[in-house]
Amino acid sequence: MSINWYKYAAPSSFYFLAGKLIPFFTVLAVIFLVAGLYIGFFVAPTDFQQGEAYRIIFIHVPAAWMSMFLYVVMAFWAGIGLAFNTRLSSMFATAIAPTGALFTFIALWTGAWWGKPMWGTWWVWDARLTSELILLFLYIGFMSLQAAIDDPRRADKAGAVIALVGVVNIPIIYFSVQWWNTLHQGASVSVMQSPKMATAMLVGMLVMVLAAWMYSIAVILLRARNIILERESHTSWVAELRGTTR
Amino acid sequence: MLAMRRQADVLITLFFFIIVVSLFPLGVGPEMNILRAIAPGVLWVAALLASMLSLGRLFSIDYMDGTLEQLLIAPSPLFLLVLGKMISHWLVSGLPLVLMAPILGIQYDLSLEALGVLTLSLLIGTPILSLIGAIGAALTLGVRGGGVLVSLLVLPLYIPILIFGAGAVEASAAGLGYDAHFSLLGAFLLVSLVFAPWAAAASLRISME
Repeated sequence: MSINWYKYAAPSSFYFLAGKLIPFFTVLAVIFLVAGLYIGFFVAPTDFQQGEAYRIIFIHVPAAWMSMFLYVVMAFWAGIGLAFNTRLSSMFATAIAPTGALFTFIALWTGAWWGKPMWGTWWVWDARLTSELILLFLYIGFMSLQAAIDDPRRADKAGAVIALVGVVNIPIIYFSVQWWNTLHQGASVSVMQSPKMATAMLVGMLVMVLAAWMYSIAVILLRARNIILERESHTSWVAELRGTTR
Repeated sequence: MLAMRRQADVLITLFFFIIVVSLFPLGVGPEMNILRAIAPGVLWVAALLASMLSLGRLFSIDYMDGTLEQLLIAPSPLFLLVLGKMISHWLVSGLPLVLMAPILGIQYDLSLEALGVLTLSLLIGTPILSLIGAIGAALTLGVRGGGVLVSLLVLPLYIPILIFGAGAVEASAAGLGYDAHFSLLGAFLLVSLVFAPWAAAASLRISME
């Protein structure tokens, strides 16, 4: 079975593909979210050190993962858009940025709520927190640069350069807990080692990660669809679409 | 050194640096122990802001009078020309700060050794600011509200340099080794020396399309 992938690189055909995929990912996101929250609140045992407060992990860790991962994906698509001059990739990068910024903010916010009962402080200026804060600034810089440039093609390319420059920050965040002595604990989950936490906790967290994934995909597709419509509003297929819906 | 023809610009950057640094003792109070503790951070942040202040002029004058278009079609590779612009930016906006910093450091009662480390860290650090800043300046060329936008784009990228630059001075003031800070600053300088001219040249081409 061979699928002509290039077909969906055209905004017009991708628009309809995205339209079909969005309900699917939305339903999955809701299912995983409900399941994850159920496991997180009712199944997972109470932590012997941190009590009930550790349950923030079910939001905090998925958000932090997504914040870093989405930046890499955004920079990847922006770079592809810059290198091959493909319009859809750049639109995708633009669509990813707000979701990434949202997850970065959630990670910082829940981190503060977690830090208060555990470390006794909302905020410490250590490596991981600071670099996550820089990540938020990078997202905001990317979005405001694109917003400031009127010509969309130039906005795409300029954003791509700043996104690619900022990618340096991602490994710094990820390895910051190993490179510096910090208050933030080390990586909770590793592929190489057996997990250091109870199975129910791990399952709950992974399900929440899946929920975060599905949510991101659904929202990003939705936003990409809007961007496509906005940018392609002069084309005939959008005009046709407008004719049928009106 | 065309930039030297506008001596007022150079002096503005320098005096901005001096004024910002002098404001802190007035705001915080003349307590010498506190001043000594915050001196590295204050001097570094002031240097960061002063260097950023002059970024807007890096390409904008050439952009307005058409010189930049000539540079883009010049036979020599663009990144070399951009590197030249970066070096001249550092010479007129970075180097005066480096020379001025020890004198301002005395105002903050820093020890001789800390003054030496401060100057050296600025000497390694300020070229990086010019190199990275040029990317932001090239990207925001001719954009609405470019001046504010440059700060939003460039300051997050300046943060590591600020941390290690000010960290070196603090480490020496605390009697700890500061070799690691200098090694990292040097590494930043080399990496940005390789990549920044290239990225800024690409940004210029995007802005001039």
